[in-house]
Amino acid sequence: MNGAWLWLLVGVPGAAGMLLVVLGRRADRVAPAVGMVVGAGVVIDAFALAAGGPAVSAPFVADARFALAVTGLSAVIVPSVAVVALLVLVFAAANPEGGIAAAPARFFGLMLLFLAAVLVTATATALPALLFSWEIMGATSYALIGFRWQQADRVAGGMVAFLTTRTADLGLYVAAGAALAGGSMDLNRLPELTGPWRDVAAAGVLVAGLGKAAQLPFSLWLSRAMSGPSPVSALLHSAAMVAMGGYLLLRTSPLLAATGWAGNVAAWVGASTALVLGVVAVAQRDLKQLLAASTAAQLGFVVLAAGVSATAAGSAQLIAHATTKALLFLVAGAWLGALGTKALPALTGVARRWPVVGVTATVGLLALAGAPPLSLWATKDGILAAVLERSPVLAVITLAAAAMSAAYAAVVLRIIWARPTPDAGPEIKAHFDEEEAGTRRVPAAAQSVLVPLAVAAETLGVLVFPPLAGRWAITVGDPGRPQPGPVELAGSAVLVLVVIALVMWRPPPTPGWAAGWLGLEGAAHTMIVRPTLAVAAALARFDDAIVDGTVSATGRAALAAARLADRVDRSGVDGAVTGVARGAARLGRLADRVDRSGVDGAVTGVARGAARLGRLARRPETGQIYQYYLQAVLVLLAAAVFLVWVA
Amino acid sequence: MLTVIIFLPLLVAAVLALLPNTATSDRVARWAWLVLTLAEVVLVGLLWAGYSAPPAGQLAAGQHVAWLPGVGVSYTVGVDGLSLPLIALTAVIFTACAAYAWREQHRPRAQAALFCFLQSMCLGIFAAGDLIIFFVFFDLSIVGMYFSILRWGHGQAARSALKFFLYTFLGSLVMLAGFIGLYVAAAPHTFDMAQLVRQAPLNGSGWTGGAVLAAIVIGLAIKTPTVPFHTWLPPAHTDAPAVGSAVLAGVMLKMGTYGFVRIAMPMLPQAWRDWAWILLAVGIVSALYGALVALAQNNLKRMIAYTSVNHMGYVLMALGAAGLLSGSTTGRQIAVTGAVVQMVSHGLITAALFLLAGVLHDRKGSYSLEDYGGLAEPAPRLAGLMAVAAFASLGIPGFSGFIAEFQIFTGSIGTAAVSAVALLGILITAALFLRALQRMLVGPASGRSVGFTDLRRPEITAVGLLMALSLILGVVPRPLNDVIEPAARVVLAQVDR
Repeated sequence: MNGAWLWLLVGVPGAAGMLLVVLGRRADRVAPAVGMVVGAGVVIDAFALAAGGPAVSAPFVADARFALAVTGLSAVIVPSVAVVALLVLVFAAANPEGGIAAAPARFFGLMLLFLAAVLVTATATALPALLFSWEIMGATSYALIGFRWQQADRVAGGMVAFLTTRTADLGLYVAAGAALAGGSMDLNRLPELTGPWRDVAAAGVLVAGLGKAAQLPFSLWLSRAMSGPSPVSALLHSAAMVAMGGYLLLRTSPLLAATGWAGNVAAWVGASTALVLGVVAVAQRDLKQLLAASTAAQLGFVVLAAGVSATAAGSAQLIAHATTKALLFLVAGAWLGALGTKALPALTGVARRWPVVGVTATVGLLALAGAPPLSLWATKDGILAAVLERSPVLAVITLAAAAMSAAYAAVVLRIIWARPTPDAGPEIKAHFDEEEAGTRRVPAAAQSVLVPLAVAAETLGVLVFPPLAGRWAITVGDPGRPQPGPVELAGSAVLVLVVIALVMWRPPPTPGWAAGWLGLEGAAHTMIVRPTLAVAAALARFDDAIVDGTVSATGRAALAAARLADRVDRSGVDGAVTGVARGAARLGRLADRVDRSGVDGAVTGVARGAARLGRLARRPETGQIYQYYLQAVLVLLAAAVFLVWVA
Repeated sequence: MLTVIIFLPLLVAAVLALLPNTATSDRVARWAWLVLTLAEVVLVGLLWAGYSAPPAGQLAAGQHVAWLPGVGVSYTVGVDGLSLPLIALTAVIFTACAAYAWREQHRPRAQAALFCFLQSMCLGIFAAGDLIIFFVFFDLSIVGMYFSILRWGHGQAARSALKFFLYTFLGSLVMLAGFIGLYVAAAPHTFDMAQLVRQAPLNGSGWTGGAVLAAIVIGLAIKTPTVPFHTWLPPAHTDAPAVGSAVLAGVMLKMGTYGFVRIAMPMLPQAWRDWAWILLAVGIVSALYGALVALAQNNLKRMIAYTSVNHMGYVLMALGAAGLLSGSTTGRQIAVTGAVVQMVSHGLITAALFLLAGVLHDRKGSYSLEDYGGLAEPAPRLAGLMAVAAFASLGIPGFSGFIAEFQIFTGSIGTAAVSAVALLGILITAALFLRALQRMLVGPASGRSVGFTDLRRPEITAVGLLMALSLILGVVPRPLNDVIEPAARVVLAQVDR
């Protein structure tokens, strides 16, 4: 496979996306078609590249090259991202909900730009290219979340998402500096960095990965990111941006492991997020909010896998979750477009109304729950097997988190299949169109996109079972890991089924702290945003009053000194001059007298005086540069005083 | 050729100044200004095309004419990897200004003449190979900018112009004192930059070198400006016309930072190394302080002005780090390269931001963030370009700012880990720009946004040109880096003596 195809993989969506955004309105008509054609091309190219595995690079900055390759982990991530992206683009074209219809060129342009950034992130083999695309993902996601800029709170959601992830992104800048100082910015060679630089780089990469993957304490941004149209969430908050956080940590798990501490931190943060955000998900009363919390929780398993170096199981979980969650976000979008709401109570019995949507949603939810034999059941058990080897406590947390997955999936299942009681009808309908005007229909093309995603959500679990497991592990560079045994598989299956049954029987409690996403955003405001703003305001006052005040006071003092000099000049110097003149006149009279007595002597005297004056006049012309300078300063100061006076 | 590039605008300025005061002259002046700036771009393009890195310590395309041989002053000009990018930047920014000012109604002929004069001075500074030539151009550019603010400014223009003039002029005098210190120390006495670099006359002189460096650094720091010498900048920007602000931020601030790499570092290497920690600290403080104070601003122009303090802080931080021998040569060299890229990048992006801010004043007479809301509705092009420029300024990859800051930070952090603290600057900058966008652009149109006229063609052309260049340099950084890197290596070798 020629390396040019790899450049095209990232270049074509990038260029097409930029063109659509710049052309704007003028490209509205062709934008959906361009989006889908480019998306399809990316899929074909991605699969071809995954089979061939070329590497390309171009000179870039900081003695490093812009290096891309489709090998190992990226060879499995790139095709899956491409497929999800294509399906999402088709869905968005068929079901342009969430203001997409009003500005299709901007939407498809930004989505393609975002896709290009994700593909660079997934194929980057060194930190410069990685950081380059990493932050473009953040910027395009800001624009996509705030897509409907007419509603200021949606753009504010984009701002919260961008600033939170950028806070974490600073880690990558630090890591790049450490990598340069420690030897190499090549991702594969990070574990060989010298001295403390390896720890610094690991810490930086870890923070950046946790931020993008919406792990604790960064999870809050994902909640605000739900302000974007559903197709945005389907791509960004399932297969791509959030997933890239997990991907980065899987990719650098040798570095995390090499430090001895970073892997453990990742494992514990991942497991905690899986559990806590699972509880948060259970408590949500808005479908997209529930899915968002579940995304953070599911990515928690990926991060946990990265922490315990279970790359094969972790990447299987990443891909299985990507397809499952993309499916569910699209389902949410379909219902939102039809009913104008995503409030869970309003979705009572909705699965019966559009059966294709309902059935695919059910497959997705069961997969999310970890129900056997669907994909996430198997991948999660793969991770659990690796965790069991590491720490029993961690394994218990992981199991509890798995139970939470089952619980929140069941919460949705319970509602969408419920038969509404006759008197509940008006209450449900009251929610309709509360967010936007629903069309009361789900286009057939949009429904058809859901089917392949559901099939993937069903079957991707095969990746962790023989005979595929071995090849998978070799592809992602992680052979020889423990596989889940039959007892573990059966045990987790029973656990999940029991939890689902329990929730179906009686809805779980919804603690307020969980419903409000642990109050993370409020805490960030109280602890970071408000103090920063207060410091900024105080510094601005300081700047005006003290720094600038000192300058102004100095200026005023100089003026006062000038006035004083002026007074001295008038009374003293001028007086002296007058006195001298008077003296000269007297002298003149004296000279007159002398003249009469001896003209000759006087002539000689004048000549002598003139010569002396001439010498005096030449005095400033000393050739001594500092004296020139002094004169220049004096003249300039005089000019300055003059200017002040004129002004 | 270089001399032609420098003085052609001055010639045009003289001709324009002599034209009779009629409407026809105004039209001629607009055309003449635009054609001149385009011609300058072409000439600089030719210069760039024919450029190859000169040997260490020498300038390419040089010219040397004795002027005041008695005091060792000569008309010496030339370019290298440090000055060529800034000369190109100057040509581009003045072109954008000529396009932007196409509809200027207030004494267009005089403005065209003034800006042609200014362009000559700015080009002269970057091309100068003699300290006195540098100083003369430096001071005359201050005079030109003074009149630009005074005559075409608004608000408290007279006061701001005077403050700008006195402060930066005073700075130039302090700098001149430093130059004279170098002259006196050199044997034979000379103001020739190349000779002074070769001699590094104050190496091993103890406190004298430090004192001379202090004079030069303070003079340049006022111009850059760094904390605490920055307070002339916000009022000057706020009350300056849009094109004045663009030139002031885009070109004239670089005279300060350029002076560090061109004069202070290579001529006073030992002193620079001795005081590198202080310079690094001032850079970090400027970056954070500028960003925080910008965050608290309600006036768009003041806000952008303070982000300049932040961005120039990164430059000084990188140059300070480059003076620390503890770091690796590679890292320090990357820091210097990043600093020069940042000069170019900041010039393009901040000039674009100031031109956009100027549109607000032109339409509705206010820069206050509170006066606008939902501007994207009546003025989608303005909103789009402002968002793009804001993201470019906060260092998003794809634009030149990222290339600059990535190199500055990777180079500096490895040399002095404390530089990582300044990373908070890029976070605060992101916050302040997004907050400004949030307040001004989104939601329903309110306040002065109602009935706002979107960008006109000259304005789009001017801003589009600057942003397109920033984009190209952000995606294809090699052409610029290839020119700067050899020069950065030379500077570093000179610092290490």
